[in-house]
Amino acid sequence: MALTKPEINHLSRKQKLAVFVGSLGLFLLALALFGINFPNKSLFLILSLGLISVGTIIFSNDLYLNKLEGIKNDATWFKSISSRGVLAWVLGIVLTGFYIVLYFYPEYLGQTPSDKPNKGLIALFDPLSELLSGRPASQWFVYGTLYTVAILIFGYKFLLKYRHNRYEQLRTISVMFFQLAFAFLIPEFMYVMNSDLPYYDLKNIWPLNYYNFEQYRVNAFINAGNIGLAMLIFGVLSIFVITPILTYKYGKRWYCSWVCGCGGLAETAGDPFRHLSDKRLFAWNVERWVIHSVLVFVVLMTTAVIYTYLGYDPKKYWLTRDVFLYSVAGFLTLIFVLTMVFKRRELGKDAKYGAVGYFVIIMALIAIHLFSSETKLFLFKAETLRSSYAFLIGAIFSGVIGTGFYPIFGNRVWCRFGCPMAAVLGFQQRLFSKFRITTNGGQCISCGNCSVYCEMGIDVRAYAQKGENIVRSSCVGCGICSAVCPRGVLKLENDSMNGRINSNDILLGNDVNLMDLVNKK
Amino acid sequence: MEEHIVIIGNGISGVTAARHIRKLSDTEPSSAQAKKITIISAETEYFFSRTALMYVYMGHMTFKHTQPYENWFWKKNKINLKNAYVTTVDTSTKTLFFSEGDTLQYDKLIIATGSKPNKFGWPGQDLKGVMGLYHKQDLENLETCAPNNQVCKRAVIVGGGLIGIELCEMLSSRNIPVTFLVRESSFWNSVLPDGESQMINRHIKHHHIDLRLSTNLKEIKADDNGKVKSVIIEETGEEIICDMVGLTAGVSPNIDFLKDSKIETEKGVKVNRYLETNIKDVYAIGDCAEQHEAIGQRPSIEAVWYTGRMMGEVVAQTICGNRMPYSPGHWFNSAKFFDIEYQTYGWVHGSKGRPDYEVHFHWKHEDDTKCITVAYNKNTNAFLGINTFGIRMRHETFNKWLNEKRDVDFVIKHLGEANFDPEFYKRYEKAILLAYKSSNETATTI
Repeated sequence: MALTKPEINHLSRKQKLAVFVGSLGLFLLALALFGINFPNKSLFLILSLGLISVGTIIFSNDLYLNKLEGIKNDATWFKSISSRGVLAWVLGIVLTGFYIVLYFYPEYLGQTPSDKPNKGLIALFDPLSELLSGRPASQWFVYGTLYTVAILIFGYKFLLKYRHNRYEQLRTISVMFFQLAFAFLIPEFMYVMNSDLPYYDLKNIWPLNYYNFEQYRVNAFINAGNIGLAMLIFGVLSIFVITPILTYKYGKRWYCSWVCGCGGLAETAGDPFRHLSDKRLFAWNVERWVIHSVLVFVVLMTTAVIYTYLGYDPKKYWLTRDVFLYSVAGFLTLIFVLTMVFKRRELGKDAKYGAVGYFVIIMALIAIHLFSSETKLFLFKAETLRSSYAFLIGAIFSGVIGTGFYPIFGNRVWCRFGCPMAAVLGFQQRLFSKFRITTNGGQCISCGNCSVYCEMGIDVRAYAQKGENIVRSSCVGCGICSAVCPRGVLKLENDSMNGRINSNDILLGNDVNLMDLVNKK
Repeated sequence: MEEHIVIIGNGISGVTAARHIRKLSDTEPSSAQAKKITIISAETEYFFSRTALMYVYMGHMTFKHTQPYENWFWKKNKINLKNAYVTTVDTSTKTLFFSEGDTLQYDKLIIATGSKPNKFGWPGQDLKGVMGLYHKQDLENLETCAPNNQVCKRAVIVGGGLIGIELCEMLSSRNIPVTFLVRESSFWNSVLPDGESQMINRHIKHHHIDLRLSTNLKEIKADDNGKVKSVIIEETGEEIICDMVGLTAGVSPNIDFLKDSKIETEKGVKVNRYLETNIKDVYAIGDCAEQHEAIGQRPSIEAVWYTGRMMGEVVAQTICGNRMPYSPGHWFNSAKFFDIEYQTYGWVHGSKGRPDYEVHFHWKHEDDTKCITVAYNKNTNAFLGINTFGIRMRHETFNKWLNEKRDVDFVIKHLGEANFDPEFYKRYEKAILLAYKSSNETATTI
């Protein structure tokens, strides 16, 4: 291939200034990280976050506001940062390092035993934490603050980039709002109102929030009285009632690209990396096995964890170990049977094998349990399952790989390959939802913009050029394929279930007789 | 014995034909329906989307992304690919001769060699730094001549059509100043009605393109190294210093290799409605095919992505035993002019060649980036077609309305049903309806 990357110096003077301003802010954070004890922490915290924000705002304004409204992907594959160049690798390594320290070595951030005052970076965030909830900061507070700032400032950048597109605007305002209010502020205020309540980001639904039904949390919810109980019930309703209804009406996008925090970061800070997702068929095969395995893992783990803290005696509490286990088995069987009876045709061959396989595994494990000892569920200790899930999936997959590798694998690696919530929603979206991406007759020119900019690695073009609607479990409904299409071929919409999955060998525009002949099935 | 189908050209026409032949035939050699398929191309190893070349230069995608099928696709579907240049075709022995000296026998031949850029004998048109934009090699050439605004301080584009404006957009994405010479009095007004054409003129200028209307190229001058130095304008004699000249004054069939064969050609390869040439077992499809008689209002040579695909779909039927004429449905097309998308359904004519009975209702949004033109028959009020700019509309809906022979009142009243813009976009149907009503009132009072 003779085409090489042209050297393009793409930063204007103003943009360089903006990068400098933002870097100053980051530099202040770095100073705190390396142990500089700032005299006036509030001032320096405001200064640091302020400089980062102002830098990003100046940069975005200069990048987009001087140009006419429209698609702004020029030089995406030339810039080092967005085409796996040196800058991308540096950023990837820094982010990965940050996540490793955050999860496994918080003492380097300044975390101290609970009776001692914080040091370093965490101490810098103490004033903000004191202001919001009256307690000192923790590593998670620092992370939450930076995460929220990232979604807000890069959300602003995204809003300018797509200022001609109201779908993108509303969606972005939505993720910015949910992050700021639900993930960041409300849990802090709830703590102020009732310090017995566990931290609860109400939009963070099990199984994404894999620890929601662990013993310490359930106890805390129950001990906190009515409000706690309400939150516990809300947690159960979220996944079993609210989620299916919304997904039926709007597809999984209501969550993944409008509400979810992981999605929020991916769509804002991660937007410059969306085109890096792997589009090969091979990647899709890997995706289907990995994400559904994570789902099986989290179902097993949660079942085991809940099981072990339940009692035996139905007189003490109606929900005993046996009742619980039989309900899980019954529920899974119900879903499996309903799917096989009503949606057999829609399931692809592989998916069918997968579904049967997983169903058999789970049922076998439950059967094994009935003959196993009392301290274990299935073959494993619940705690072993829980801690391996927290380590492998909760920390390594969603954090270190999912976000740290944004500049290398794209911004939705976690959502695509790992997130069990996405697997549940996707299963429903594929089989039982009104959502689809409609293709516009014969207008596709196979240019491939849609596929390139699909962050989930869906080969959108493969459908569009066949005039086939896109109904894929992984689609998060970000709407970018539709936005970048130069010929107006793609439209996200909610419509009737009938004819949602279609396929045409002959596209609209050709001989009517030929279309009738070939497309008749 | 399997029948050997050879296709020259791996563009959308040839590849569509190959895919459909594969679907309709067997791969087991003993079967009566068995077909061996070979696609020949000298341009690239694999099929790519020509329309996406511009996005490679602009950095929106890499060349690999322009390939709609992964490389394993061809082997899996038993479609042989041969990278070679056909120099001559001997139809009496059914043999192709290649530039490397080797040959290939065919049982049936499909010519799908597409187009090449027009050159009208301008002095200097073959200099270094002068190019069209059609083949992948043109893109590589452009990358050499105009990698940035240091090497290429100004580019001149000659020819006011779809490829010309794309080239303007490409070059300006790298901040290269562009002068755009358009022969017509307004951009693409041989096709577009005046209101639309003028809106696009303004949009081009907003993108800081030096647009010169009613301006012809006289000659291209060379420096001492035989490279472009400047162009001279016909009308004024003005000399414009530049480092690159893009010639985009249309395309014509790429069929020079057939001139010594027995296959009948004129501008293109002459075909009947079954896409058959004068020689048995030789077919031509896509940009290079020329109909003996034009179909409806279509030109006899249709150099459009969609029609290439449609001909591929049809010829596959004929080759696989279901002889079928090429009878395209309602005309449609699309393009994008910088940030403004354009779609058309049915027929809307510019001022040139417009039938007497065709009249227009035109509506333009005040932001000057959206407008529609609805064409109808002034005698019967029958809806003839629509051009839409900056508002996406549904192909299926207009196809249905054209089939149902709806009138213009119906179409404007129901325009909302055809809307294909993303959710939450502002809608303009009410404003359009109001404008339509008031234009009717004016018409009746006059």
